[in-house]
Amino acid sequence: MHDIQQLISAALDGKRAALARLLSVIEGADQNLLAIESQLTPPVGEAFVIGITGPPGAGKSTLINRLVPHALESFGQAAVLAIDPSSPFSQGALLGDRVRMQGGEFGERVFIRSMASRGEEGGLARATSTAVRLFDACKWPVVIIETLGIGQVELDIMNLADTVLVVLNPGWGDEIQANKAGLTEAGDVFAINKADKPGAAQTRKDLLDSVSLISSKSMPDIMETVATTDKGVLELWQAITAHHARLISSGELVERRHNRQRGLIRRIISDQINRLMDDALNTEEVAMLLEKSTVGEVDIHKALHRVLALMNR
Amino acid sequence: MDHSQKRILMAKTGLDGHWRGPTIVARALRDAGFEVIMIGMANTDDIVRAAVDEDVDLVGLNIGGHINVALRAVNSVREARPDVPIFAGGTVPPHAKKQLEALDVEVFPPGSQLVDIVAAADRLTGRSAD
Repeated sequence: MHDIQQLISAALDGKRAALARLLSVIEGADQNLLAIESQLTPPVGEAFVIGITGPPGAGKSTLINRLVPHALESFGQAAVLAIDPSSPFSQGALLGDRVRMQGGEFGERVFIRSMASRGEEGGLARATSTAVRLFDACKWPVVIIETLGIGQVELDIMNLADTVLVVLNPGWGDEIQANKAGLTEAGDVFAINKADKPGAAQTRKDLLDSVSLISSKSMPDIMETVATTDKGVLELWQAITAHHARLISSGELVERRHNRQRGLIRRIISDQINRLMDDALNTEEVAMLLEKSTVGEVDIHKALHRVLALMNR
Repeated sequence: MDHSQKRILMAKTGLDGHWRGPTIVARALRDAGFEVIMIGMANTDDIVRAAVDEDVDLVGLNIGGHINVALRAVNSVREARPDVPIFAGGTVPPHAKKQLEALDVEVFPPGSQLVDIVAAADRLTGRSAD
């Protein structure tokens, strides 16, 4: 614990290696995560948090590589958190987002950190929100989060980012895909990347149809980009910062951040409940009950109630 | 879930574009449960920055191009992260292998077995005690 305090003060002092180590510490164990969370109160909340999500291969990393220079121009410094999947089999991971984000010429002004999802299912890693708070506390003015390549429901990013950019490609699904719940509801700004490929106009049309029916939201910008050639990237950055400005002027930013705090507490509590449940399930007594219920000697409800009783102890 | 995964940086030094070797090694390390951060072709500054910012437990260098470039990368990583072991692979000629080993870099020349590379990663990151 003493170590953690030293690391925090070094990181707040601008020591990059200390911040890097803290990012590992929060990935390591839940109690570290809580210890650090509690020392970062009151929440600072100065950083502009941009979430970038979309299916695998949509060009999220390449777009980020193109957005970073604009972020630097507007804010001076930028942190990038890039999440990639962990293998459910080996728990290993190949974190490859950095290949497309060299950015060497920006030197110390860019801090890129790769994170493995480590079994989390919402498109982020367990430690992502604490990592954002750390960057924020260390005065990084912008944090860009790249989620896993996602499908339709992994939308934790909504609860973490101020502005969510959804990256899609021409030919993505059809009007039915566009009207399914999930991805299209999450976007504050959309980028149709690889827009030089056929089908960009149709994708824009499908998206427009879909988002126009979401009554709770104002019409998001739908931008077209070709990340590999930088086409449309400046306009995309302007759309992102315009959304941010609207969040501030409308007061919605405060509301989103309240939701973020709520989400954080919810996650910490559900982690604890899961741990209690696993502990109960792993007791010999419950194992025996489960064995008996498998062969029909005991009603499964009995095992269930026993687990609940053990969790309440 | 094990929360103590070790992190390994995999970088290519020089301008050699042969990706197959490091990709296969990265895959083997992933399957052995490591988190492997790939940065591809990178100059010394990029490698050092990644070693610091990613807080890795081990640096793997794929040696392409001139050995002096690789030696410079090794020295710079040592300076920034003296606590981090380094291993290397690729088409490393015998004289270059000696130079790297003199800097305490474990070298896996062509013909090396993936199991040996994984075992070295285990040992160098302290995941196994052998």
